[in-house]
Amino acid sequence: MAVAVVQRIRLSYSKYWYAYAMIAPVVIVLGVLVGYPLVRGIYLTLTNATSLNVGRQIGVNHIPDSFDFIGLDNYADILWGPTAYDRFWSHFIWTVAWTAICVVLHYGIGLGLALLLNRKMRGRGLYRLVLILPWAVPTFVTVFSWRLMLADGGAVNGLLSFLHLPEPAWLSDPLAQKAAAILVNTWVGVPFMMISLLGGLQSIPQELYEAAEMDGASPWQRFRHVTLPGLRTVSSTVVLLGVIWTFNQFAVIFLLFGSGAPDAQILVTWAYRLGFGQQPSDYAQSATYGILLLSILIVFTTFYRRWLARNEKANG
Amino acid sequence: MSTSSARSAHQTEEPDQAGSPMTLTADRPAAETTTAKRPAKVRRRGQSSPLATVLSHGTLLVASLVALFPVLYIAYISLGPDDNDYLHPAKIFDKMTFDNYTKVMNDTGFFTWFGNSAIVAGGTTVIGVLIAASTGYAVSRMRFPGYRQLMWTLLVTQMFPIAVLIVPMYYILSNLGMLDSYTGLILVYSATTVPYCAWLLKGYFDTIPMEIDEAGRVDGLSPIGTFWRLILPLARPGLAVAAFYSFLTAWGEVAYASTFMLSSDKYTLAVGLSSFVSEHDHQWQLMAATSVLIALPAAVVFYLVQRHLVTGLTAGAAKS
Repeated sequence: MAVAVVQRIRLSYSKYWYAYAMIAPVVIVLGVLVGYPLVRGIYLTLTNATSLNVGRQIGVNHIPDSFDFIGLDNYADILWGPTAYDRFWSHFIWTVAWTAICVVLHYGIGLGLALLLNRKMRGRGLYRLVLILPWAVPTFVTVFSWRLMLADGGAVNGLLSFLHLPEPAWLSDPLAQKAAAILVNTWVGVPFMMISLLGGLQSIPQELYEAAEMDGASPWQRFRHVTLPGLRTVSSTVVLLGVIWTFNQFAVIFLLFGSGAPDAQILVTWAYRLGFGQQPSDYAQSATYGILLLSILIVFTTFYRRWLARNEKANG
Repeated sequence: MSTSSARSAHQTEEPDQAGSPMTLTADRPAAETTTAKRPAKVRRRGQSSPLATVLSHGTLLVASLVALFPVLYIAYISLGPDDNDYLHPAKIFDKMTFDNYTKVMNDTGFFTWFGNSAIVAGGTTVIGVLIAASTGYAVSRMRFPGYRQLMWTLLVTQMFPIAVLIVPMYYILSNLGMLDSYTGLILVYSATTVPYCAWLLKGYFDTIPMEIDEAGRVDGLSPIGTFWRLILPLARPGLAVAAFYSFLTAWGEVAYASTFMLSSDKYTLAVGLSSFVSEHDHQWQLMAATSVLIALPAAVVFYLVQRHLVTGLTAGAAKS
């Protein structure tokens, strides 16, 4: 109680005026450039707008909007309409699988490398520098390089043939395309996880390890009962961010396959394709996909945070 | 220095170890056997068995190779003069040339585009980090009505797929007269980077003791003065990560830039070069050279901030 009072006094200097002044720029920018588009996006989902019937400027003539309000038909059509499986559910399943596989790989490899980098060893700084490097390369460049490497005569298949392994057609076979996308995205995403987890490892007090060792804990037990609990806060944040970013990972798949590879399209790239990659562009359906995506992520985040809070309570 | 590292040095016969006393002991077979017999528990904390050391070096080496290879590969391909050289990388070795680079730089508005990119990425970094920092400070130090909603908004904003935003953003920018202008693109990029940066910086500010703010207040600084003159200088690692993230996002982005920048003298580097490459269809060696040219400035920025990455990110991720 006393602590709370002291805190309130400490915080009392911060009149709301200052707080609002300081957040104002972000609120305005987000409100104009994200909030308004969202509202307009939601409105579009309730119409049948396509590139043929939205208002546009041709020379000096302005053609007004001519699309109609059709209620929730877009949602119904996407979720239950004819061929809904091919258009939505197959991409949905692949998106979920993609997110799960990528995040598990990011986290697993990231944690493994972070553990190695956290040991006292020679050349640690250099390893760290090189291992973060993929993060610093613009995605545009990364993906192009991987496209060259995954091409039929490229370096990856060169290596596989050297090892006498099968050489899939990475950029054209549907299953291999998915594997290629996961491979590239893993390469792109590991450094962020690794660095975040390395930071987390370094913030675990050494005394805990010493105490555990005194008690005769094996390395595995130390990992299980000191390292993992010590990483809990970092992990919960980076996993959440990882899920959000991977779910919406537009660049990798878009740049790797362009508008080909219908099977490997996740929901974001699929929505983009409906909105921009075809004639006539179907703005309404594209926006509906976008809103569905957003809803899926919000529902996931809500449950995830609730689950975290419950875990926190259970573990004290 | 541990006996273990000396032993591995002995096994790999590194010449620079010759003078160290450790190598001398390891060279004696007697010493070797005593090392092997010594029970594991005698090793000091944080030091590991030779096998573990070799394994971790091995794993890290392989991982580093995987991390480095695509970058080196594209740099290598960019030296090949002919269209199909990427199919036969081995042949490039004998005819390496920088022709692709001179061609790309001479035949395009390379320097104009480079300047545009620098303005846009620099502007995004400065504006994005500044407003993210002030927001991060506000949510770190102050509790105000709307606080929870703001945090939630910052999280949800990251979930917005680009496909939903790009068309409505186009309308807004054209209504504001900001199409084809640096300001417009800088604002768009800021909107995409700010949520994560504000989150990250809030976490970093949380690790700076409240007492510093109080000291500043006692000395008569306003909250904004405290933030500007005391907290920001202390938050350098966090700011470095936020700046790095913002710069990188703005530097390599193509989708927004190609939609919002209409005239070719306003193109950013990534847009301009990819349009140049698509005109010269499938001239992959040119594409490789342009990729390297785009990646180089990012690498420079990366090198400048990399010292701060671990500290800066930790705090941000640990407290959210």
